[in-house]
Amino acid sequence: MSTSVEPRGWAKAALHANGWFVYMFFYAPIVLLVIYSFSNSRNVGTWGGFTLDWYSDFFDSSNARGALSNSVKIAIFSTIISVALGTMAALSLERFTFRGKKVFDALLYLPIIIPDVTMAVMMLLFFGEFFDVLDALFGLGLRKGFWSISISHIAFNISFVSVVVRARLAGMDTDLEEAAIDLYASRWKAFRYVTFPQIVPGIAGGALLAMTLSLDDVVITQFVSGPGWTTLPVYVFGLIRKGVTPLINAVSVTMLVVSMLLVVLSIVAQRVRRNG
Amino acid sequence: MKTVVKIDTETATATPEFEKAALRQESRRGLFLALPAYLYLIFFFVISLFIVFIYSFATRNRFGGTDLSGWNLDSYARISEPIVRDVLFRSVWLAFLTTVICLVIAYPFAYFLSTRRVAVRNIMLVFVMIPFWTNFLVRNFAWRVILGNDGPLTNATEFVGLGSAELLFTQTAVVLGLVYGYLPFMILPLYAAIERIDRRLLEASRDLYGTGLQSFRHVLFPLSMPGVIAGSILVFVPSLGAYVTPEILGGAKTTLLGSYIVTQFLTARNWPFGAALSFVLMLVMLVTTIVYFRKGGRTL
Repeated sequence: MSTSVEPRGWAKAALHANGWFVYMFFYAPIVLLVIYSFSNSRNVGTWGGFTLDWYSDFFDSSNARGALSNSVKIAIFSTIISVALGTMAALSLERFTFRGKKVFDALLYLPIIIPDVTMAVMMLLFFGEFFDVLDALFGLGLRKGFWSISISHIAFNISFVSVVVRARLAGMDTDLEEAAIDLYASRWKAFRYVTFPQIVPGIAGGALLAMTLSLDDVVITQFVSGPGWTTLPVYVFGLIRKGVTPLINAVSVTMLVVSMLLVVLSIVAQRVRRNG
Repeated sequence: MKTVVKIDTETATATPEFEKAALRQESRRGLFLALPAYLYLIFFFVISLFIVFIYSFATRNRFGGTDLSGWNLDSYARISEPIVRDVLFRSVWLAFLTTVICLVIAYPFAYFLSTRRVAVRNIMLVFVMIPFWTNFLVRNFAWRVILGNDGPLTNATEFVGLGSAELLFTQTAVVLGLVYGYLPFMILPLYAAIERIDRRLLEASRDLYGTGLQSFRHVLFPLSMPGVIAGSILVFVPSLGAYVTPEILGGAKTTLLGSYIVTQFLTARNWPFGAALSFVLMLVMLVTTIVYFRKGGRTL
């Protein structure tokens, strides 16, 4: 019988206390923010009775609603594109060998670890140099706004989608795919009827994650958005810098609820039983 | 190798040439699948990083525009100016502080997590993941509300008789916001590393009369090193480039590298200097990451 490594005595108590502290630290500010968003007081951190006024202000403000609808449009569009590209990238890395694979693999990590500010600067200068060129070449009539923001969001989302889908592919047996091919299925049919149904949870998880990231981004969007065309987080960030009002509490809580919902859905999607 | 190769003609014999052709075909298919994302990343990360690099040698003209001529190193030379040095030192110091605080809180937590039953552990992990992916701006704003004038914290300290705690717009507030924002980045890789350690090694060290502290120092901690380094990089780098947190919780005297870079682009309109600073930030990130991978780390 070996010595137990389970912490005992004060060490055990300290570990438990630290555990509770971490969760308190994570969630207390969020809970307080939610509470104050219902407070009938001009001061953001004071309780003045229950009210829903700030929420109705939010939905009455045409600026806020416009920013919200921009955010949703960009999130949906950039998610669709990045899911397609990210899934293809994941398949190529997990199931094929090809020249330049290692470089591609390394390149895919770049958007995940690069600081937001650096990426924002890269996008700003890129669009500064290339929007005019693209315009002249294809006459797309591109303006900073929907396209520049969507393109930037796709740039970081491809990587996140591919990481999630790769995790799913890596944990999957290749036996079934091989069996399908042994039975004269084409590569496409093997993918369509064998691989794809199994990685759907991974794709769904990746898509929800991409949508969350797109809805949350402030720094990069701020750099590439055009005048008068912005997303909800950038709008809120601008409001906060002008001065804190209870309206921001209400908008924040709405954003919080949406992003939490998407994350929980994403986690649930990724946990769907591997062979389910 | 996971590559699935199928020779699809019945008459074919498995000659080396045939196999080579099949492999080539597979390689083409792989590249074809990777190509759209590959090109996208080359465009927006390789080429645009190159543009930043070019800009950092350009000259700012009198109207706040950038002349892509008269290449010089002035922007890099400015890094040694006292104001810029202050910003750099402060950023490194606060990012370091944030990293250490995160490590001290996250290590015992990650260890605690690894000792729980699998079912409990998964639930606990989900509750770490949720703030990890929740809106960063909103989470920082929550602290603005808590620390603000007449906010719950001031009310609490006044009630206890400590006077009003004026934390908002100080460096403490910024570090608090950064720790709050990036703590999950420390917990997750640490947990991944600690969970992988063979429990029996810890038992063995205790069997051989090692004290708890000794087995931590000589067994647990060294074995969890990849997690410690990965977590530290994941906290240190974004802290160094933080922009939203110092903007919301900090004041005039807490400018960090991230906000300083943004100022160069959006207000001071000195793009070459801003480009030089972003390039330096990018290099710090690349060097730390490469050092980490060279040391054999895998949990990024």
